[in-house]
Amino acid sequence: MIELTGVHKSFGTLEVLRGIDLTVRPGTVTVILGPSGSGKSTLLRCVNHLEKVDRGLVRVDGELIGYRRSGNRLHELSERQILRQRARIGFVFQNFNLFPHLTAVENVAEAPISALRKPRIETYERAHALLARVGLADKADAYPRQLSGGQQQRVAIARALALEPRLILFDEPTSALDPELVGEVLDVLRDLATAGTTMIVVTHEIGFAREAADTVIFMDEGRIVEQGPPAQVLDHPRHDRTQAFLSKVLI
Amino acid sequence: MVPARHPWRWAGTGLVLVLLAQFAHGLTTNPGWDWPTFAGYFLEESVLRALLLTIELTVAGALLGFLGGIPLAAMRLSRNPVLAAVSWTYIWVFRSVPLLVQLLFWANLGYLYDRLQIGVPFGPGWSFSTTSLISSFGAALLGLALHEAAFAGEIIRSGLLSVDQGQHEAAAALGLPRRRQFFRIVLPQAMRAILPNAANLLVNLLKSTSIVYVLAIGELFYQVQVVYGRNGRVVPLLMVATVWYVILTALLSVLQYYVERYFARGALRTLPPTPFQRLRAAIRR
Repeated sequence: MIELTGVHKSFGTLEVLRGIDLTVRPGTVTVILGPSGSGKSTLLRCVNHLEKVDRGLVRVDGELIGYRRSGNRLHELSERQILRQRARIGFVFQNFNLFPHLTAVENVAEAPISALRKPRIETYERAHALLARVGLADKADAYPRQLSGGQQQRVAIARALALEPRLILFDEPTSALDPELVGEVLDVLRDLATAGTTMIVVTHEIGFAREAADTVIFMDEGRIVEQGPPAQVLDHPRHDRTQAFLSKVLI
Repeated sequence: MVPARHPWRWAGTGLVLVLLAQFAHGLTTNPGWDWPTFAGYFLEESVLRALLLTIELTVAGALLGFLGGIPLAAMRLSRNPVLAAVSWTYIWVFRSVPLLVQLLFWANLGYLYDRLQIGVPFGPGWSFSTTSLISSFGAALLGLALHEAAFAGEIIRSGLLSVDQGQHEAAAALGLPRRRQFFRIVLPQAMRAILPNAANLLVNLLKSTSIVYVLAIGELFYQVQVVYGRNGRVVPLLMVATVWYVILTALLSVLQYYVERYFARGALRTLPPTPFQRLRAAIRR
């Protein structure tokens, strides 16, 4: 269970998140839609403490992220403790951010070995299996620059899965891809959704939201404007801003 | 299909070859070069001993310089303003003072502080006479290393800054431990930017060792000066030193090529063949 309560975040004078309350049940897929600058990515980055929240709480499975409560105060955790929390939360970036000097399989095996101290041989076996799962069994020894964008993003997804995360966060996973490569990444995401992985996905792919999401959230100007099952939010939006956004996206 | 002709390319090639032939002719026929004297001293024992000292100064200076450069770069990138300011000031001072001036300062340290002491700050400790602690070789090495550290610090910092922010984020998001983030993810990528500059610095250091002749240390340049001071054959002995510097630089360049190639893994889709591989392929064909 992921719970956000009253999350606020500003960059200087710019208030990006203005009080976010959100609950994500385990095993469900939550898709966040919204115009650019609405705070979607920032919200995602707050969940694994890549950004510090200014106010409010983020909890994953009851565990406070980034802070420790004692009495009425929150104390920021040490970097080591935050890193340990992050190792249980997968993150997939828009620009993949694979490590270019490591091969695909080394990228996947890196975090389990060094963050979770898993044994080497087993981890590499599992890394190969994960690459096979995303359809890249034959690319294990390729360097990221030798792969297409879609293949790189699938390696990045395998890398996130290697940590056996309680939750995976996807930050616009298909936005940097050529149109014909979007499908192969969405296929992997759909597989994960059916397998019961807890996912929060920021995306502009309305079709994916309609098929795979349990909950669709529409954000604008740092607030959640509307949320509910896809049939409700996408087909019968109640709010003007949701309607305006969808009419621009669904041509 | 007839490929395009490039007559000016041929004309340029011809011109350069004629100039080179003239130069080579001058080298062999002008008696001023005095090649027999050159050959007599090139492998002479005192010259080789001096060469060894030059290599020692270079290796030790580079090691100490880069060991000093790492904390300087880390301090300058630190969020702690005191550490960053100290590092900035160090680099400012040691890049400003000419190496020659600095060497003379260190050699005359005994004039400023005739005893050095280690122990509790402002408290008791052991003290040593400065001149016994810092020999002229020590002064030279100290000067070279401190000078080198300022430049090495900036080179390392530039390399670290060249690594994409996304790499730091990905490493942090995966929860990799801090040391691992630095040594496994950031540093190998920074090396691509650090290496060419570091090699430059190293070659520069090799030649800068000739400056320490002012402290009467018997390195290569000092030694050839001693010899031509005795026999008056200035040009051939300068050539002895020159050719040795060129050979050492060539060795460093070859080393640089292969080290850079190692760190280019993954940065290029396919590595181009080395000159040797190209030669072998050409012979086989």
